[in-house]
Amino acid sequence: MTKFRRIAGALLLLGSLSLFGTEVEVLHWWTSGGEAKAVSELKNELNANGYTWKDFAVAGGNGSNAMTALKSRVMAGNPPAAAQVKGPSIQQWAELGVLANLDDVAKANNWDKLLPKQFQKIFKYKGHYVAVPVNVHKINWMWVNPAVFRKAGAQIPTTWAEFKVAADKIKKAGFIPVAQGGQPWQEATIFESIVLGIGGPTFYQKAMVDLDAKALGSDTMKKSFDTLRMIKSYTDKNAPGRDWNLATAMVYKGKAAMQFMGDWAKGEFSVAGKHVGTDYLAVDVPQTSGSYLFNIDSFIMFKQKDADKTKGQKELAKLILKNKFQTIFNVLKGSVPVIQGVPRAPFDDIALRSMDEINAAAYTHSLLPSLAHQMAVTDAIRGAVFDVITKFWNSDESSSDATKALVNAVQNEK
Amino acid sequence: MMKSKLKYLENSIPKFVVTPTFLIMIIFVYGFIMWNFVLSLTNSKLLPMYNFVGFKQYIELFGSSKWWLALENLFIFSSLFIASCIAIGLLLAIFIDQKIRFEGVFRTIYLYPMALSFIATGTIWQWMLNPGLGLQKFVVEMGFKNFTFDWLVDTKMAIYTIVIAAVWQSTGFVMILLLAGLRGINGEVINAAKIDGASMPKIYWKIIIPQLRPVFFSSIIILLHIAIKTFDLVVVMTKGGPGYSTILPSIFMYQYSFSRNKLAYGASSAMIMLLFVMIFVVPYLYNELRKR
Repeated sequence: MTKFRRIAGALLLLGSLSLFGTEVEVLHWWTSGGEAKAVSELKNELNANGYTWKDFAVAGGNGSNAMTALKSRVMAGNPPAAAQVKGPSIQQWAELGVLANLDDVAKANNWDKLLPKQFQKIFKYKGHYVAVPVNVHKINWMWVNPAVFRKAGAQIPTTWAEFKVAADKIKKAGFIPVAQGGQPWQEATIFESIVLGIGGPTFYQKAMVDLDAKALGSDTMKKSFDTLRMIKSYTDKNAPGRDWNLATAMVYKGKAAMQFMGDWAKGEFSVAGKHVGTDYLAVDVPQTSGSYLFNIDSFIMFKQKDADKTKGQKELAKLILKNKFQTIFNVLKGSVPVIQGVPRAPFDDIALRSMDEINAAAYTHSLLPSLAHQMAVTDAIRGAVFDVITKFWNSDESSSDATKALVNAVQNEK
Repeated sequence: MMKSKLKYLENSIPKFVVTPTFLIMIIFVYGFIMWNFVLSLTNSKLLPMYNFVGFKQYIELFGSSKWWLALENLFIFSSLFIASCIAIGLLLAIFIDQKIRFEGVFRTIYLYPMALSFIATGTIWQWMLNPGLGLQKFVVEMGFKNFTFDWLVDTKMAIYTIVIAAVWQSTGFVMILLLAGLRGINGEVINAAKIDGASMPKIYWKIIIPQLRPVFFSSIIILLHIAIKTFDLVVVMTKGGPGYSTILPSIFMYQYSFSRNKLAYGASSAMIMLLFVMIFVVPYLYNELRKR
C-alpha cells in the first residue's frame, strides 16, 4: 500500500510539474541501457529546476534517423529547444542561422576557463557559443585480454613492430590476435589511430582534420595503409558485418587477444562481470601514447520564439556543464567529463587516466578530433574517406592505390 | 424531377468518392516526385536549398564507381531473384497441382516465409550463412572438415546470399499465384490433348504454361518492384558489406541523402531509380495491357 502511495505521489508530482514548468524539448538518440539512464539524469536535473523536459528520442541508424526527424522539424519552422548534434555538423547548422547564441550562459558560468581550447572551437560559430558539450570519449584505446597474451608468451605491444611479433605468437598459439567488427566505421576507427601513431599529432591534424592534399598523398599515409593491411592479416575471416560489442565479447571470452575501440567498450566488459587489471586491460593503441583522439557528444540549441522556452534552454545549457551532472552522467555512460576540475572520486581507473590525459594533451597540441566519429570533417567527407578505407580493407588493393584514392575522394567532396 | 436528381447523384457519387484520393495522389506522389526532381538540380546539402546547379549531381553520380557498383548489384539481384522465384514457384505449383495428399499443409509450408518481414528473413539467413555460426560450422562439425560456404563474408559472392534469402521469401507467393492460374485452366483442353497422345511435359510446355501468361505478368511486376525497393534485407544481412560490395541504389540513396548530408546528390540517385522502374515496367505494362 505504501508503495502504491509513493508511486501515486510521484505521478502527481510529475503531473504538476508538467502543468507548471515551461517545456524544453530535447532531441537525442540515447535510447539504450546506460545511455538512456544517463540522459534521464539530465531530465531529472532540469525538472528539479522548475522546467519540464520533453523527450524527443529517435532511436536507430546511429543518429541518422534522429537527424532526419530534426531536419523536418527545422524546415517546418518548429525546431526543438536542443538537439544532439556533434562536430563540424554544428557549423553547418549554425550557417543556416537557426542556432541560438549561448554567450551569456557561457560567460556567467566561465566556460572559456572550464573547456580546453581545442574543444571550444568546435562549439563556437564565429566566436559565439552555439552548442554545449556533454562528455568526452577517447578513441585510441586498445583492449587486451592478458590471459591470452600469457598463454601465447607474448608481450603487450607499444609499437607496430612489437605488435607484429606479439600477434604472430598469439596466432601460433591458436588464438585470434585482433577481434574486429567488419563495418566501415570500425575499420576507420583503427585506421585513424594508425595514422596518429605513425605520423604523429601534427601529421594527423594536417591530413585528417585540415585535409591537406600533400599530407593525404604522402608516404606516411601509404605506410599507414600498409599497417592497416598488416593488422587485417591478424583478424578472423568471419569479421565482415560483425558488431563491435560482439568483437569485444571475443576478447573477454578469451577467443581473441586485442580489440581497437573507443572507451565505450568498457561497458561491455563490466556488463560481462569482468574486472579491469585482472580480466582485461586498456592500453593506448601502439605508438599513440601521449596523444588523445576525442569524440565529444554535444547539444546544439535552436532559436526559440517563446522567451520562456529560451530561458529553459539556457538553464539546460547551464546544468549540462555543472560538476554534478558531469559526474553522474559520465559515470553512467562510461565517458569522462568535458570540463576540468570535476571531483575524481566516483570515476574508475580507466576514466581517471583518460581525464589526466586530456589535461596533459591539451598543452601539447596532441588533443585531436576523431575523423571516424564525426568530430573532424563533414559527414560527406567522412563518408568518402570511409569508402576508401573499407574498399582497401575488403579487397587486395595496394597501399599506393588507396592513398591516391583517398586524395581524390577528399578532393571531390571538398 | 426527383428521379433526375437521384440519377445525377448516382452518377456523380463515384466521382466525389474518388476525388480526395485522386488529389492526395497528385500531391503526395506526383507532386513530391516533381519536388525531388527540382531538388536534384540544386546543390542542397543538409536541408533543401534552391541554388540551382543544373545536372551537376547527375554527372557526379555517373562518375562514381560506387553508384555503378550499386546498379550492377541491382541488375544481378533483380534478374536472378525474378528468374529463380518464377522457375521454382512454377515447379512447386505444378507439383502441388498433382492432386497430392495434404496439399493444404504443403501449400502453407511454402507460403509461410511470406508471412515474415524482410527484417526477420534477413536475420535468419544472416545467422545461417555466417560461416562461424551457421551452415558451414554445422557441416564442419559433422565431420566434413574441408567444407566451406562463406559467401556472406566474400566480397564477390555476398550479393548472391541476398538473392538466396529473397528467393526463399518470395517463391511461395509466386507459387500460390501460379497455382491459382493452373486451377483456372479448363480441364477439357488437357483431356483432349491426352487423347491426342500428347505427353504430360509437352502438355505443360505447349498448352498450360502459355495460358498462364497473365499470371507471369502479374508476378514479374510484383517481383520487380520488390527487387528495386529492396533495402531492409541488405541492411540486416550485410549492412551493404563486406566493404560496400552489396550496396544497392536504394541504400546508396538513403546513405547520401540522410547520413552524409548530400540531399541533392541523393535526390538525383532517386530520380535515376524512378527512371529505371519506368524503363523496365512501363513498356512491359503497355505491351501486356494492349493485348487484352
